[in-house]
Amino acid sequence: MMGNPAIIPVTMPKWGLSMQEGKVVEWLVPVGTSVQPGDQMLDIETEKIANTFEALDAGLLRRQVAQADDVLPIGALLGVLAPESVSDEEVDAYIAEFQANYVPPEETAGDSGPDYRWADVDGLRLRYVKVGDAGPAVILIHGFGGDLGNWLFNQEPLAAGAEVYALDLPGHGQSGKNLTDASVPGLAATVVGFMESVGITKAHLVGHSLGGAISLQLAAKEPGRVLSLSLLAPAGLGATINGAYLRGFIEGESRRDMKPVLQQLVADPELITRQLLDDILKFKRTDGVPAALAAIAAGFIEGDAQKVNLRDVPAQAGVPVQVIWGREDKIIPVSQAEGLSGNVAVHVLEGVGHLVQMEAATQVNALVKALL
Amino acid sequence: MARKILFQQAINEALDQEMARDPAVIVMGEDVVGGTGADGEMDAWGGVLGVTKGLYGKYGDRIMDTPISESAFVGAAIGAATCGMRPVCELMFIDFLGVCFDQIYNQAAKFRYMFGGKARTPVVIRTMIGAGFRAAAQHSQSLYPIFTHIPGLKVVVPSSPYDAKGLLIQAIRDDDPVIFCEHKALYAMEGEVPEESYTIPFGEANIVREGKDVTIVALARMVSFAQKAAEALAKEGISCEIIDPRTTSPLDEDTILESVENTGRLVIVDESSPRCGTAADISAMVAQKGFDLLEAPIQMVTPPHTPVPFSGVLEDLYIPNAEKIEAAVRKCLEYA
Repeated sequence: MMGNPAIIPVTMPKWGLSMQEGKVVEWLVPVGTSVQPGDQMLDIETEKIANTFEALDAGLLRRQVAQADDVLPIGALLGVLAPESVSDEEVDAYIAEFQANYVPPEETAGDSGPDYRWADVDGLRLRYVKVGDAGPAVILIHGFGGDLGNWLFNQEPLAAGAEVYALDLPGHGQSGKNLTDASVPGLAATVVGFMESVGITKAHLVGHSLGGAISLQLAAKEPGRVLSLSLLAPAGLGATINGAYLRGFIEGESRRDMKPVLQQLVADPELITRQLLDDILKFKRTDGVPAALAAIAAGFIEGDAQKVNLRDVPAQAGVPVQVIWGREDKIIPVSQAEGLSGNVAVHVLEGVGHLVQMEAATQVNALVKALL
Repeated sequence: MARKILFQQAINEALDQEMARDPAVIVMGEDVVGGTGADGEMDAWGGVLGVTKGLYGKYGDRIMDTPISESAFVGAAIGAATCGMRPVCELMFIDFLGVCFDQIYNQAAKFRYMFGGKARTPVVIRTMIGAGFRAAAQHSQSLYPIFTHIPGLKVVVPSSPYDAKGLLIQAIRDDDPVIFCEHKALYAMEGEVPEESYTIPFGEANIVREGKDVTIVALARMVSFAQKAAEALAKEGISCEIIDPRTTSPLDEDTILESVENTGRLVIVDESSPRCGTAADISAMVAQKGFDLLEAPIQMVTPPHTPVPFSGVLEDLYIPNAEKIEAAVRKCLEYA
């Protein structure tokens, strides 16, 4: 039957390629709440991260099927949205039928985990993940100290109707650590090399922080390769940056050192979990990483000043440009979004810090999609 | 794809990468080449368990088979370390380290201090620990507390392939003598290990599992038993936090105390003997520095104070297991 189309299931999301299951921490809205897309519904925790699940559909929350502390596979039923006109009996029948038919996704055969790919650019091995197989190319470029995992709430949602690539920049993630040119132009050239290596002629660039400056640089140098620019809390548009954050990131040696540093990235410090701290420390303890990070930092900041000024690029880009910034950004001030050339669409998101694509994934995904 | 390899392959990879990086790194010990010393892997078995397999073909004379004369070759490794080499010396079983005690605890451990800080002794002594192999009292001990007792030595007791690789690389790069204890039962353990070289600092505990009701501190093989116990207890709504100190010297006291601050209850699981052992040491530290944090007596899960029995039935009773850990956790929770 799966009858009434007015009944909408709320299911366990898949946050990132390695997620198999999630734990319900707590519901943030009671039964009887009318939700809109983007409204916060419940907190979910995975092995990697804790975050708030935002409504994907509008509707009246009729049931909380999953309870706090339930650990459920992706796609499992968390709750049910349905208008008042649908009877309780119909909702119950829907839940019973959903549960009877629900089959948890099989664990990826063999080693579980995402399907990493590798590109060779000028002798440097770059790790990347591609999701989606039709439509324009989108390249997600993370910021300083990040990796392709920074897009775990974005890559799959953007991949409906696009080929979405996320890569580890040189010196980051599992990409090679021996950089020949750690400057922003050097990193932009590496991204161009990546595009050539995997056969992308033109792409929508989505760059976060340092990745924003790299996107701008790429657009300035090779405008023919760029379809649009979505710049998330980008570097390259203003005079200042929180240099203490970058130095703290490079120098921190323990969870105790790193926690206050990383908490500057987000408006809600709870997002910086112990697992996230451990992952970043593991990365920093890889041979070659401290030197690579120091070289990259030296390429784009000096003290609290940004060395790379790309503020004139958007006006001449000749493609759609948007800037998305969190009001609470403690790394690069949101004031740098002011006074940009008229062709730039500026979106300032309230209650969000520097890691805008994670803290406000639904909004960012919708804005990026609108440009594709 | 995250790559998975065995614990013993992680050890091998750490040795391989460090030998490739630094020509001062050499490996010596009984049968570390194995066979008759022919080129390649044909005749080079690489130790009784094949942990050093493949290294002889790559590094030739930098992998040295030694006579069965522990006091001589451990002393030679220590001497080489003082002269600029970074030897990784394998002494098959920790049970045999007794014959070279002067070299280890009165020489290697003391050089830095006896020579006004001017001498360095960057030697790693790799050795096997642990019961469970029906190998009786002389090949089954977990004697790391003896080395933990001696200032000037660092003592590493890894519990996973990831930690084994990072801690061994750290040990080789460390300028002080390191006793690196590998539990025999872990060699076949599989886990995710990056291909690149990386280090794990000494004195930083790993929080293996987060929880709020009881802290379980466990080392080496006991970590997987603690995980099994924690999973069973979780089904009853009991939430355990598991802390693996990874090194007994230096010891990450802060992480243990911070966890006890959150849980108020502490179980220590250790395969070494209970008297003057690691569990007793951590217990005393928490009782002294964290008395106000405790809501229940500290529980220690250790073997009884006896030699490891030869009888299989008795050996199984001797080794701590998940059931004993569960019982200790429950006992902690009896105190409201």
